[in-house]
Amino acid sequence: MPVLEVHNLVKHFIRPQGFWKKADVIRAVDGISFTIEEGEMFGLVGESGSGKSTTGRCILRLLEPTTGKVMFKGENVLDFSPERMRQARREMQIVFQDPVSSLNPRMRASAIVEEPLVIHNLGSRDSRYNRVQELFQLVGLNPDHLLRYPHQFSGGQRQRLGIARALALNPAFIIADEAVSALDMSIQAQIINLLIDLQRQLNLTYLFIAHDLRLVEHICTRVAVMYLGRIVEMGKTNVLFQASRHPYTQALLSAVPSLDPDSPRKRINLDPMSFNKDAPLRKISDSHWAAI
Amino acid sequence: MDKPLLEVEHLTIVFEHAPKKIIAVNDVSFSIPRGKTLGLVGESGSGKSMTAFGILRLLPSGGRITTGTVRFNGYDLTTLAESEMQEVRGAKISLIFQEPIIALNPTMQVGKQISEALTVHHKVSRTVAQARVVELLEAVRIPNAIDRAKDYPHQLSGGMRQRVMIAIALACRPSLLIADEPTTALDMTIQAEVLDLLRELRATYNLSLLLITHDFGVIAEMADYVAVMYQGQIVEQGSVRKILRQPLHAYTRSLLEAVPGHSWI
Repeated sequence: MPVLEVHNLVKHFIRPQGFWKKADVIRAVDGISFTIEEGEMFGLVGESGSGKSTTGRCILRLLEPTTGKVMFKGENVLDFSPERMRQARREMQIVFQDPVSSLNPRMRASAIVEEPLVIHNLGSRDSRYNRVQELFQLVGLNPDHLLRYPHQFSGGQRQRLGIARALALNPAFIIADEAVSALDMSIQAQIINLLIDLQRQLNLTYLFIAHDLRLVEHICTRVAVMYLGRIVEMGKTNVLFQASRHPYTQALLSAVPSLDPDSPRKRINLDPMSFNKDAPLRKISDSHWAAI
Repeated sequence: MDKPLLEVEHLTIVFEHAPKKIIAVNDVSFSIPRGKTLGLVGESGSGKSMTAFGILRLLPSGGRITTGTVRFNGYDLTTLAESEMQEVRGAKISLIFQEPIIALNPTMQVGKQISEALTVHHKVSRTVAQARVVELLEAVRIPNAIDRAKDYPHQLSGGMRQRVMIAIALACRPSLLIADEPTTALDMTIQAEVLDLLRELRATYNLSLLLITHDFGVIAEMADYVAVMYQGQIVEQGSVRKILRQPLHAYTRSLLEAVPGHSWI
């Protein structure tokens, strides 16, 4: 059974335009569906404004979706009462892009990682302390630094702190929203390796949201490409990278820098007129869908 | 052979915050021939940006050049008077940053900001400056240049803002452009567009480029030569092909291995 099934998820933002004008509707997410199997690393790629982060937030109901269904382990989380949703979040966590703005600068590292346990009223003070130490070790942080403040850590260490916090409640499913984009490449590699190790150790399922296709190709089993609020192509990573069908995916892939100075990339310019933006996803093969 | 446009020799930059003394740049030497691009790679804190600020003598407070020379066009920039240095900055050597939204003035139309760059260095009439602004915006491939010149930075997309930055940098026809992580904050397709633009401008204006980045993908696309910095020192330098194909230093290798998909080569 899939861990997560998203059906026809829609999130529209209404932007008021003053008294005399009709309000603007921004279709941030415009009817997307996908499923994530247990133990999978599912990639969601697209550029700024494509709706990928909004999708992540809607799944956790950090934003309330307009319509659609989000089935987590067979239950629609959009029907949950606030209390039930709070319980469900023990199993679904998120790691954000910017560890500076997502970690309270006035809380010590130990308190940041402990906070989810406190909120959910789990364990005694001592057992929580032990759990925090355990989590520090798990994500490769030095337990001697428990009492430090976020600014005393480097960027990579801060992201480890964010991951430790996400893991505190033993979740089954983690959304990594551009979790490594703000980091140096060598630090990126370390954090990615950590995420993969944790996946094996703890049997985690990930939704990996990113704009860097090179990362996604490396680590995800399947990928969905978002463009203007819709999924335009989805499939097994190797299939999608080697035999992409949608013009947008092709343009995106052609923008990836080549590491060989003698065979530079040939950028394909996207002509937005060249394809039908409303085309539904069509099955190309068993492991490949495209909106063409 | 022509003398290189820029020759940095034994540059050392020290920050003194008593009682601590930090050597940010340690005995760094490199040169950039005319029309060529040197990629300076390294992680945050390796001293690559400080090297650039040192060349322009724009070091943050507490920092100073203790030894070394920066030969540009035959002059040693480290010995120039401050007023002479003013003539170099922006006119002969320009700088573009990672975050155009921070570098641009939010309360000023972008056209004004470009013409400001022109009028600081040269006496030009308003009409001439205006015509030149439109010309520059067209050179960096901004459509409807006349209308866009009246926009404020927040009305432009990230890629467009970076183009405006490039237009400002090129306003006085510099011979050296220092680009500090120019595409790091941008989406992949926009990054590709900006890199293509830089490559085109480099050829048109015979620009030398000092490209600072942590992304070897950008280096492979743009650079002729590469210098790898680690903890203030250059640990390896050479032609881009040599560095990418036969890196000698363990640190260079580890940086290359960190690029997702490095195994494709």
